[in-house]
Amino acid sequence: MSGAEQRRVDPDVDLAVPADRAELPAHPAAVLAAVSAGGALGALARAGLSAALPHDPAGFPWPTFAVNLSGCLLIGVLMAVLAKRANPPVLARPFLGVGVLGGYTTFATHAVEARQLAADGAAATALTYLVATLVGALLAVWVGYAATDRLTPSAGGTGAGQRAVRG
Amino acid sequence: MTALLVALGAAVGAPLRYLADRAVQDRFGARFPWGTMTVNVAGSLLLGFLLGLPLPPAAGVLLGTGLCGALTTYSTASYETLRLATAGRFRPAVANAVLSVAAAVAAAALGHLAATALPWP
Repeated sequence: MSGAEQRRVDPDVDLAVPADRAELPAHPAAVLAAVSAGGALGALARAGLSAALPHDPAGFPWPTFAVNLSGCLLIGVLMAVLAKRANPPVLARPFLGVGVLGGYTTFATHAVEARQLAADGAAATALTYLVATLVGALLAVWVGYAATDRLTPSAGGTGAGQRAVRG
Repeated sequence: MTALLVALGAAVGAPLRYLADRAVQDRFGARFPWGTMTVNVAGSLLLGFLLGLPLPPAAGVLLGTGLCGALTTYSTASYETLRLATAGRFRPAVANAVLSVAAAVAAAALGHLAATALPWP
């Protein structure tokens, strides 16, 4: 991971990372178009999965739960892959991370589902849902990142994976 | 038709999140992920409000599933919490996780309450 990447907290855009700060002034139309197109694709995937999975309005919101956990696994994978590369493609993070995965996962839907459950007298289900999503999502990001970090060789050829291959 | 409305709403919501996140970081710095928390709470407030209105289904799909869905993100928020924790910043990590969820649910409830309190004809 490069020095600049180590300062990153926000995978969408982190102004402590010089490349993130520079990307919008340098390529405003390309960055916003990549985020927009990725967001549309991610939201379509979420809507498709939600329509395909059966959901009891009075029960645990499995479709949103599945979307958010799988999206969290994938952001871990993506950020580990990008961190290994010395010069990742400029639009990779805006398109895949901010756009596709940001559009796929949702905080608002999960919040209104919990509110609805609580309003319908299912406060225990609402609380279980919020805690399970929070804990499950963190585990998913961690597993995605750690597994990818172990399995991906560094692009520069100095990573543990490359050394192992060279013996 | 539904797919087109979802895509249109999200095509606006996702870049709006990116720009709002940048604007908040410009103002408040990037050490704590206030930008993502802001869009997640604002999007939850808006979705709670929309769901309390007597909207036609197409508007719900465009603004709810599309716009609010893409304006907010769980993947970004979780990654931030993990990054704070692995950097040894446990209190900010816990604060980000707990505050985001609590504020978003409170905002959704407030939005819904405001919509149902309005005197619709």
